[in-house]
Amino acid sequence: MSDVYVMGVDMIKFGRFPDRSVPNIGAEAALMALDDAGLGIQDMQALYCGNLGQANAMVGQRILQEIGQTGMPVVNVANACATGATAFREAWMSIKAGMYDVVLAVGVEQMGKGLLGGAGGGEGIPKEGLLGSGTMPCVFAEAGMEHTKEYGTTFEQFAKISVKNHHHSTMNPKAMYQIETPLDEVMNAEMISYPNTKLMCSVNVDGSAAAVLVSEKKAKELGMARAVKVRASALASDPYTDRDLVMPDVNACTRLAAKDAYEQAGIGPEDVNLVELHDCFATAEMLHYENLGLCKDGEAGKMIDEGHVELGGKVPVNVSGGLLSKGHPLGATGIANIYEVCTHLRGEAGNRQVEGAKIGMTHVIGLGTACGIHILEKTN
Amino acid sequence: MSETKPLPVVDFLKIPEDGNPYLEGFRCKKCASIYLGERNVCSKCFARDEMEVIKLTETGTLHSYAIVFRSFPGIDVPYISAIVDLDGGGTIKGNLINIDPDPDKIEFNMPVKITYGDALGRKDTEGNSYLSYFFEPA
Repeated sequence: MSDVYVMGVDMIKFGRFPDRSVPNIGAEAALMALDDAGLGIQDMQALYCGNLGQANAMVGQRILQEIGQTGMPVVNVANACATGATAFREAWMSIKAGMYDVVLAVGVEQMGKGLLGGAGGGEGIPKEGLLGSGTMPCVFAEAGMEHTKEYGTTFEQFAKISVKNHHHSTMNPKAMYQIETPLDEVMNAEMISYPNTKLMCSVNVDGSAAAVLVSEKKAKELGMARAVKVRASALASDPYTDRDLVMPDVNACTRLAAKDAYEQAGIGPEDVNLVELHDCFATAEMLHYENLGLCKDGEAGKMIDEGHVELGGKVPVNVSGGLLSKGHPLGATGIANIYEVCTHLRGEAGNRQVEGAKIGMTHVIGLGTACGIHILEKTN
Repeated sequence: MSETKPLPVVDFLKIPEDGNPYLEGFRCKKCASIYLGERNVCSKCFARDEMEVIKLTETGTLHSYAIVFRSFPGIDVPYISAIVDLDGGGTIKGNLINIDPDPDKIEFNMPVKITYGDALGRKDTEGNSYLSYFFEPA
């Protein structure tokens, strides 16, 4: 099976674009990724398009209607917050399978403002606020409080994650926000679901990201100078756990995908130089330090306290600003974090550059549950 | 006012004609996993047609929680969204009541019991009242 390389990758600056259509937002990133690869839409053999909000509305085809209708096969993908990563993985698999040499993956989302999840519906009466809460800030607060129960993790430690990611975003011109948020500001912000304050919740934004994936043969033909090798692509669903009935388990699913990814790459967590992980809420990031093996179980609080996950630390996490500050357009997120890691591996990340980065990891998790992990490696 | 008796808020809340309401579970006879709602196949051990109907126990311990300060419009806040491990097996989620929504007052693993009551005055489009379950400190 051929190795697979990212030859072009880009994202638009995340923001709010209520006057644009979903395909129009996606088309912009697609063109940027094509330009980055030095290729045109006519060179693509297939398109894998990730979008959640219009999953039944042929977004991939409508993107091609904006940038070039070649008749190529298009697959539209929806997999909760792992949608973009799943589209990228489908593209990766098509090259692995020997079907194609050059394919395009696009992730795009247009979001409203406000709370996600738990809106009620179903029969009878609304259950929100009656049988607990299904809102995302609450669901991830409950997951974080499990860590508090087990290891004594504090509200302040969770809040420090938000301080870090907002700080990182001040160096990322493509982030939705570039604003420092000191610890007292994070902790005193409006409490949404304890222990997540408003500044510890990801930002709902519109955005898109895209990547051109190629076979080794094609990469050599085009030139390896800026190519990034895909060392692993893992996708897991939620294995059975005892509290499944009421508590989506983001931990078991991530651990399963991480194990697969490390095995595929033949490396361990100690070999990873930077990580873009799914900080949909500050409480979630804490859990994933351990789930991804960046530290031992119970040591996540120490990772943030001792600065190991900051830019300049042992393994910088979410130097893009993360979902907390860069923003979280659901279908785009999984490719946007691949863009971030590739940018560092290419040495093009400006003043947020992780020096000497050779191997990076991306992680997303969508409730339901789907976890997508990619390991990427510098080639030159 | 309707004199009809309230409807159950979820299918696994049972209201017998004579007797007290209770929560119903489905337990796999092969591996003892407990589910809410009727099913035929166990997603843990994959056994088919091995489910038995049980009454869930009405006591348990607080596994995790969050205190919700912002919800959807019209939902009263704050409230405690609680995950409770039942003493006889199974885990359910609901509102923890009769305790301050304050992390200094709430203890992990604290014993709780299930109580039943009107669903906070909520009615469906036909005006029916509902019976819900809640947790309170035991």
